[in-house]
Amino acid sequence: MLLRHTPKEIKARKALAINPAKTCQPIGAMYAGLGIHGCLPHSHGSQGCCAYHRSTLTRHYREPIMAATSSFTEGASVFGGQANLLQAFLTIFTTYDPDIVAVHTTCLSETIGDDVNQIVKKAKADGTIPEGKYVIHTPTPSYVGSHVTGFSNMVKAMAVQLAEKTGKSNGKVNIVPGFVEPSDMVEMKRIAGMLGVETILFPDTSGILNGPLTGKFQMYPKGGVTIDELKRTGDSIGSIGLGAWASADAVRALDTQLKVPCQVHDLPIGLLATDRFVDALRTVAGVSVPDTVTQERGQLLDVISDMQPHLYGKKVAIAGDPDQVIALTEFLVTMGMKPVHIVTGTPGKAFTKRIKEVTARFGDDINVKGPGDLFLLHQWIKNEPVDLLICNTYGKYIARDEDIPFVRHGFPILDRIGHSYFPSVGYKGGLHLLEKILGALMDRTDRDAPEERFELVE
Amino acid sequence: MTGERTHTVNPEEIKKEILAKYPPKVARKRAKQITPVSSDEKDGLKVGANVRTVPGIITQRGCCYAGCKGVIMGPTRDIINLTHGPIGCGFYSWLTRRNQTRPPSDDADNYMTYCFSTDMQDQDIVFGGEKKLKAAIQEAYDIFKPKSISIFSTCPVGLIGDDVHAVAREMKEKLGINIFGFSCEGYKGVSQSAGHHIANNAIFTHVVGLDDTVMDAKFKINLLGEYNIGGDGFVIEELLNKCGIELVSTFSGNSTMDQFANCHTADLNAVMCHRSINYVADMLETKYGIPWIKVSFLGPTSTASSLRKIAAYFEDQELIDRVEAVIAEEMAPVEAKIKEVKPRCEGKTAMMFVGGSRAHHYQELFRDIGMTVLSAGYEFAHRDDYEGRHVIPDIKIDADSRNIEELEIEPDDTRYNPRKTEEEMKALEEKGYPFKAYDGMIPEMEKGSLIIDDISQHETETLIAMYKPDIFCAGIKEKYAVQKHGIPMKQLHSYDTGGPYASFEGAINFFDEIDRMLNANIWQYLEAPWQKNPELSAKYNWE
Ligand code: SF4
Repeated sequence: MLLRHTPKEIKARKALAINPAKTCQPIGAMYAGLGIHGCLPHSHGSQGCCAYHRSTLTRHYREPIMAATSSFTEGASVFGGQANLLQAFLTIFTTYDPDIVAVHTTCLSETIGDDVNQIVKKAKADGTIPEGKYVIHTPTPSYVGSHVTGFSNMVKAMAVQLAEKTGKSNGKVNIVPGFVEPSDMVEMKRIAGMLGVETILFPDTSGILNGPLTGKFQMYPKGGVTIDELKRTGDSIGSIGLGAWASADAVRALDTQLKVPCQVHDLPIGLLATDRFVDALRTVAGVSVPDTVTQERGQLLDVISDMQPHLYGKKVAIAGDPDQVIALTEFLVTMGMKPVHIVTGTPGKAFTKRIKEVTARFGDDINVKGPGDLFLLHQWIKNEPVDLLICNTYGKYIARDEDIPFVRHGFPILDRIGHSYFPSVGYKGGLHLLEKILGALMDRTDRDAPEERFELVE
Repeated sequence: MTGERTHTVNPEEIKKEILAKYPPKVARKRAKQITPVSSDEKDGLKVGANVRTVPGIITQRGCCYAGCKGVIMGPTRDIINLTHGPIGCGFYSWLTRRNQTRPPSDDADNYMTYCFSTDMQDQDIVFGGEKKLKAAIQEAYDIFKPKSISIFSTCPVGLIGDDVHAVAREMKEKLGINIFGFSCEGYKGVSQSAGHHIANNAIFTHVVGLDDTVMDAKFKINLLGEYNIGGDGFVIEELLNKCGIELVSTFSGNSTMDQFANCHTADLNAVMCHRSINYVADMLETKYGIPWIKVSFLGPTSTASSLRKIAAYFEDQELIDRVEAVIAEEMAPVEAKIKEVKPRCEGKTAMMFVGGSRAHHYQELFRDIGMTVLSAGYEFAHRDDYEGRHVIPDIKIDADSRNIEELEIEPDDTRYNPRKTEEEMKALEEKGYPFKAYDGMIPEMEKGSLIIDDISQHETETLIAMYKPDIFCAGIKEKYAVQKHGIPMKQLHSYDTGGPYASFEGAINFFDEIDRMLNANIWQYLEAPWQKNPELSAKYNWE
């Protein structure tokens, strides 16, 4: 057994986190920064943070993850990191020539109280940040929230610090896609395209974190939302934020500051959440939904109904980020499955409430915890076994010990490919998720079937 | 592609090219860490090392915590390693280093698959985290009843004034198990190296010497600085056992606290990674009288010579004969493999930028299959790892190193037991026996090559553009940037998914791996047909 010390008996813990279902803010900010074209994310702290974030993102995407660090030493942590950040700007703009640098802080620079806003002002004033170049920044204290919070903070910074209002509408809809895969961002744009809605989607890591092999390394690959587009988000007809945790702050900031009206919806994972997304796009942009979209919806519905015998009543344990888990849970319920243990590591009171809403038909029969951890999830599973586990890569240890079919979903996925290329949002994404779920369940049925019941036809 | 390679490029030119793109002050700093090997005369070559990384430069380096928790303590299975800090550090160091472990039974302790953290929140930062730390230790004890718990400090811990050592003492007293802490905040030192030192100091202070049981074996040694990445430690141990040599402990691949507690009973320390652990070897010698030698089990020649060194130390003919027999037996398949892959690899070129010893140790494996090492450097080494131990007295201690504690070690009152008398040591040394000797990387480097310490992203790019190597070795962060060029990239920290590469058996794996990487056909398909031939005239045919 790999998790041999995990007991079935659950003791309440107040201080000790075991096998977390979250990580720290800065990595989310770094990921968001990578979704701007020509951007070099910068980590204002010890170089270890930056190394850890780059490593984890690299393993998840199998793509170059470029980011710089202020390389704090003991001296900097006593006297403040201003000199380090100024030096970093000089080095970065001279040597790496990005169009924009997206600075996030770390628990170190937050604890010592560096005023990044002041430092950036100074750097602009004295030309360390060259004319025509941009620096955006956000505090990302790692002792608050999670990687999702960091993502949200950086996305908000992009909007607030770059958006302008000319007063002339650009006819576009802003979409903040949430902490999702580049493949998901492509899919959201495709759906909007099918509806004929012009969008500015930010951040947009497609093209950057699922780039091609060409024989040339590009420090700033094709792809990403451009600085110009970000500026023009202030002139859009409206904003749709997908996922309350990751995207609400950005679209609300645009609403309050530049009067771009906003809506916040669940991530469009699964049938119903995608319905709401499409409907929101349709109403915000004032367009009608073409048959091609309705056709895709019908296909997803068709497969779900075909495969009911394999889905109905199956118990599922899920861990992941709140926006993902809420939509995913709803999708599972839609398909007749029964999510019984549900954990997110990211704090936020609304989580339990939303999960209760989407699982209402099962009453109080559901274990939900936010913030919780994978250790707790594992203990719940030991007490009430499940038919399927959906989790990031770390779930494989639970899946192996308990011999449960396992579908990898979320962040990080360190041991498989596909997430950057095949979406899980939209109707097509739902189909892809469903294929993975059914594959896991039906492979298990085949594996365990006695010879006389091993069947060609399922 | 090999045809166009020009590894006759002048390394001085490359250095100039590299520095041209830096702000002047940065260029001056970096110049000291970039050393062209322009002639065969290498005496006096210097490589600046273990100095601060310039902010903004895009370094490979990590932090003190990573060196302490990830590298040194990560591979020890029977201890709860509790990270005191916000969740990130503990999360990123959770199962990400590929150090394998093999508990002796299904119910033996193994906490390596777990991540333990105090997950500090803002109120802990404001009001102090000691209370939460104590509670976390108590909860860990209540749930798991471990024999030991250690506490790792992350960046904010020192700044808010949490005293992890006082908490450790209090809880040790209360719970009656071994509990100790590390002040390994990320900003300490200039790289992971500081963390190695801090980790080893604490193990030496709190664990080594707790168990005096002497293993019943004639030739027993410790293997220091071997972390069992991809199973390296397993194959080295098998090899040693085959020769009749037993490991009392490994620092710290596949290790347990019990082994550390007992390591002072070994008769020789064999040091693999000089950087991360030479001071432990020194301390074990001063306190307990155990001599140390440098070894390497990477590459068949080094493996054979290391075995011979160990056997010569014990001056036992039976052991010497046994070692020779094992070498002869193990060498045969290695030679056969070299013969098989060499024709496909000969003449190709490699570069390696990793760690504090591997960029040196791995050069032999490439040369064995006829390849040239164009450029190499370490990520967190010190000058002695390049220039050899003779420079140690000349190394200036700067502000960043001064804060890393050096333990004052005295011979143990009762247990100091020189394994060899002064005369015996001298006699061996006179025969050329290399106690405490390490000449560093420089002697390996050929004329025309370039040494770069703490290489940056920009320098990596320049090297690739100018040298056009056939294979590049570094870590995960560099991997895909290199491969986008169409150049295969081998991770020499975590070995990608491969290994073991140590010992004779590992060498065979490594040769196969390099052969696979160099000769995989995928790199030929970078261009689409319409890119090669963009003409727009269709030809129709039936077949
Ligand atoms: S928790 Fe703090 S020190 Fe650790 S990686 Fe995150 S920001 Fe860096």
